[in-house]
Amino acid sequence: MMAQESSKNTRHIDVAYVAQLARMQLSDKEVPLFQDQLNHILHHVDTLMRLDVDDVEPTSHPFPGENVYRDDEPREGLAHEAAMKNAPKTRAGFYVVPKILE
Amino acid sequence: MSSLSALTIHELIDLLDRGVCSSEDVVTEVLSAIDARDERVGAYLDYDAEGALAAARSADDARSKGAERILPGIPIGIKDVLNVKGDTCRCGSRILEGYVSPYDATAVARLRQAGALFLGRLNMDEFAMGSTNENSAFQITHNPWNLEHVPGGSSGGSAAAVAAGEAVAALGTDTGGSIRQPASFCGCVGLKPTYGRVSRFGATAFASSLDQIGPITRCVRDAALLLGIMAGRDPLDSTTVEVPVPNYQEALADDLKGMKLGIPREYFVEGIDKEVEQSIRKAIRLCGDLGAEIVEISLPHTEYAVAVYYILATAEASANLARFDGVRYGARDEGHDPMDLYVKTRARYFGPEVKRRIILGTYVLSSGYYDAYYRRGQKVRTLIRRDFEQAFQECDAILAPVAPTTAYRLGEKIEDPLQMYLGDIFTIPASLAGMCGLSVPCGFSDAGLPIGLQIIGDAFREDRVLRVGYAYEQSTEWHKRIPPIRDDEGGR
Repeated sequence: MMAQESSKNTRHIDVAYVAQLARMQLSDKEVPLFQDQLNHILHHVDTLMRLDVDDVEPTSHPFPGENVYRDDEPREGLAHEAAMKNAPKTRAGFYVVPKILE
Repeated sequence: MSSLSALTIHELIDLLDRGVCSSEDVVTEVLSAIDARDERVGAYLDYDAEGALAAARSADDARSKGAERILPGIPIGIKDVLNVKGDTCRCGSRILEGYVSPYDATAVARLRQAGALFLGRLNMDEFAMGSTNENSAFQITHNPWNLEHVPGGSSGGSAAAVAAGEAVAALGTDTGGSIRQPASFCGCVGLKPTYGRVSRFGATAFASSLDQIGPITRCVRDAALLLGIMAGRDPLDSTTVEVPVPNYQEALADDLKGMKLGIPREYFVEGIDKEVEQSIRKAIRLCGDLGAEIVEISLPHTEYAVAVYYILATAEASANLARFDGVRYGARDEGHDPMDLYVKTRARYFGPEVKRRIILGTYVLSSGYYDAYYRRGQKVRTLIRRDFEQAFQECDAILAPVAPTTAYRLGEKIEDPLQMYLGDIFTIPASLAGMCGLSVPCGFSDAGLPIGLQIIGDAFREDRVLRVGYAYEQSTEWHKRIPPIRDDEGGR
């Protein structure tokens, strides 16, 4: 972990690979364009490497709260049909996706 | 009498109370302003004239039977990212083509409960990612003050509609400046509440630790009124905080006696437009004349804010936008297996800025880079938050520019995302720290473009920023100017 934090040469993003992780297929035009733009942005982001943050706690949320509970009482939710109404393809109350198993 | 579409909520409530006009009259005039101008401005993605008129008639009917509502049939425009039951909600994106909201966002429900009606969907950068509205998948919105310029973003449609007289007030969302910056560019009042002040339920999530819903209005008093209605704990959003909601309108006063206002030296640096700086300096002097004590303060980590923001906001966005997969809602491209379907759908229907940010966010969270980027970003966020905590030991509110420049020309920044991001340098820090911020008109450039004064307040001290904004506004005339596109309505 510390090795990663002190690494100075982290900016080289393999855009096509990361896009695949994010479940997107980029076009032949997008790959070099994004590669260039994102390296430029990461170069700016690297200014953060100047700061010594070893003893600083991370902030994930502006107001770190304790657990938030509500009374455990049943309430009306969205009706099944209303929740599914925006789906591009449904059958018998289910979402339809391409076949997974042969 | 000047056009009803040009009035503030408070002025309209007064006319409605006195029976001078009906809600139907108000909606009719707002619709005719849209008719006359929106072809040039492009603020609305769509609107339902018949539905709005019917809702107005029913509000009039209720009023005639003695119903007392805070917003009796007042029409409010809604940014396309907020759910209004039965209306489309596409977030400026083709991936949500055809989506119809099955429920109201809590902020919308509270305004509805108060009597408001909603007449249309306002343009925005796709999924609120952008500072100019040029990232909308559907149309360009033009700045009503100069149609060759952008309205700002991402709530650009909301600000443009209010400035153009096409909405009495509007709701926007602000993640890194998306209410304050377009309000500044369009000469409106824009309020980003403290994180946790207004429920995010029903606001399509971009960056969940930053997003807030807030009003864009013609005057500070209207912003105070709308905030008071929307604010407070919501069981449907566990990040709303149990802090009492004060009467924000009672906090408004004509002077600033006893208030200490901080001027952060890091906000007056090279790169800030001379005309902007002059207007802000003049506004600061006026606040001094109104009785405030002006003190210099320091927010030393300001220069790191944009970098932190583009790590954390994109990381959160990459997770939030994973839900758009072509299965549960919106558009879909068929595939030979589910993976193929996801990949094709997302590639085809997300626009370039959304793709860029998803890739960046996925990258900073990916194995090997998480600590170097994401975790480091979270740590520097702590430093930025401490800057503000320290500053609010020394002052009651902070005065600063909203943006380093006036509204960009259309197309000026679209090719260079980093330059676009750096334009948000003065709004992003308060967002990262979870503070509240208000944008109030404070001047115009020689070219006639509005300039905004930003008033940043400590967490849950919207009462203070509204008080400062109100006192300043009442002693100036900037908010009374109207853009040339409204010449057809006659003076106010």
